[in-house]
Amino acid sequence: MRRNSPLVPYLFVLPLAGLLTFVFGLSLVRLVGFSFKQVRGIDGPWIGLRNYELVLGQPLFWEAVRHNIQLFLVIPVMVVIALALALLLYERLPGWRIHRTILFLPYVLAIPIIAVVMKQMFQFSGPVNTVLSALSLDFLVLDWIGSADVALWTVMGLILWRETALGVILFLSRLMALDETLIEAARLDGAGWRHRAWYILIPQMRGVIEFFAVISAITMLSAVFAYVYVIGGGRGGPGTATMVIELYIFNALIRTSLPGVAAAVSVMLFLVSLILIRALFALRRREEE
Amino acid sequence: MMRPLPHLALMIASAIALVPTLFMLVTALKSQEEYQADKTGLPDAPVLDHFRQILFDTPVFLWMANSLILVAGSVVLSLAVSCLAAYAIARMEFRGRDALFTLSTALMAVPPVVLIVPLFVLYSQIGLISTYSGAILIYAGLVAPFSVYLLVTFFRTLPQDLFDAAVLDGASHLQILIRVVLPLSLAPLLTLVIVNALFVWNDLLMAVIFLQDDAKKTVMAGIAVFQGRYNNQIPLTMAGMAVAAAPMLILYLVFQRHFVRGLMAGAVK
Repeated sequence: MRRNSPLVPYLFVLPLAGLLTFVFGLSLVRLVGFSFKQVRGIDGPWIGLRNYELVLGQPLFWEAVRHNIQLFLVIPVMVVIALALALLLYERLPGWRIHRTILFLPYVLAIPIIAVVMKQMFQFSGPVNTVLSALSLDFLVLDWIGSADVALWTVMGLILWRETALGVILFLSRLMALDETLIEAARLDGAGWRHRAWYILIPQMRGVIEFFAVISAITMLSAVFAYVYVIGGGRGGPGTATMVIELYIFNALIRTSLPGVAAAVSVMLFLVSLILIRALFALRRREEE
Repeated sequence: MMRPLPHLALMIASAIALVPTLFMLVTALKSQEEYQADKTGLPDAPVLDHFRQILFDTPVFLWMANSLILVAGSVVLSLAVSCLAAYAIARMEFRGRDALFTLSTALMAVPPVVLIVPLFVLYSQIGLISTYSGAILIYAGLVAPFSVYLLVTFFRTLPQDLFDAAVLDGASHLQILIRVVLPLSLAPLLTLVIVNALFVWNDLLMAVIFLQDDAKKTVMAGIAVFQGRYNNQIPLTMAGMAVAAAPMLILYLVFQRHFVRGLMAGAVK
């Protein structure tokens, strides 16, 4: 084919268009269709809004929603800790590279692996409680995994432990890209660490902080499956204490074979995440300006 | 200038980040009896028995082989598809180019969980459940938007002269891509290999839904089952986790520089 043929660019993007249509395009279209049908096996009759009515009338669904909302409490804590650690690493204290390697580590380890490890550490007769009672902190000796009142907070701790590493990675890469002359000038003017961080560095990081908050919100809403699957023994336990929306969809699809119901929940989840995706795009556009 | 407080803060944070890994490794070396008696100390006489048991009496190698096939397949497929498309988007003029790029970038933020219902129904229909090719297609699709985004941004920074010279030599677009552009793009390609391999290797959701066959289980799906079965044999479980974590841990420590760079670039995902 001639190199200037107008068809050439289309041949180059065709495989991508095909792949994205297969995985995302067709799926999203079919998803919406399924949510209005009583799917048995591969298809079924149109039943209007009945899947939605069923889901919205079920206390378990609302419990899952409440749990996902509770996970959002982790975000501000994560932002503060990640910011402090990134600023500390940026000081390039002796040995900072080793600290960086260690602080990125939680993000390299797979969620299922660390969830299994933490689940053993936080057993009632496990090492965490052993250390706590040795330190005479007996009021903190809790049944971290087995108690319905505590389990979700343990999951939150685990999410905090791992996802903070992403914040450190993001914030540090933004800091490394900053213009150093202003910071040097401030240093020569005798501005202390706290002063430089608060008045010079953090204001320039507003964009990346907001970005991290939004992607964390997407995570809390729709990417915590692996944590609760392991900690909750595959069923959101104890009882329904760690049931989240993803697990609800998984159960409806795989365990009770109700794809229509799973689709209705997925559509609602997708609509909510669209709001977050829009926020993400608005942030990115503002960053680029 | 000595400043003890920042040092102390970093020390504490590093300790917290490191403790689970240390606990995993130390416990894996204890005997069952020793762990019962002492849950936090170092092992008196390290035993390698649990590792032997994991390596020879469990299907952990099979799981790893499965994960490796999925990682290799989806990384290669997504990179091939993304390089072609990114080249066209970055260096050619055509109708719909900007729309395609915007749409592809937007898909980065679609939660994978909303895709499982239609894909599961479709795969049950056409017999792709528990097949490598079916799972590879899904993984490749999930990582393609970020790959395209990163490559387009990079390809746009390459100097125009390079392309003009290659065109004068009579090279076709495909030749330019393979002989000129890709050799200059090793850094972003390596970043993508790292970020995408981590995503596929570490995934649990797609693995438990689309690879249900015991013969097709991935490492992550395997250990999720494993820990339930050996619930009371904690040192044995930890040895299993250590073996499962080893490939990524070793890669991370050996290719630290690339990993750090890859993670920092991939963090925008």
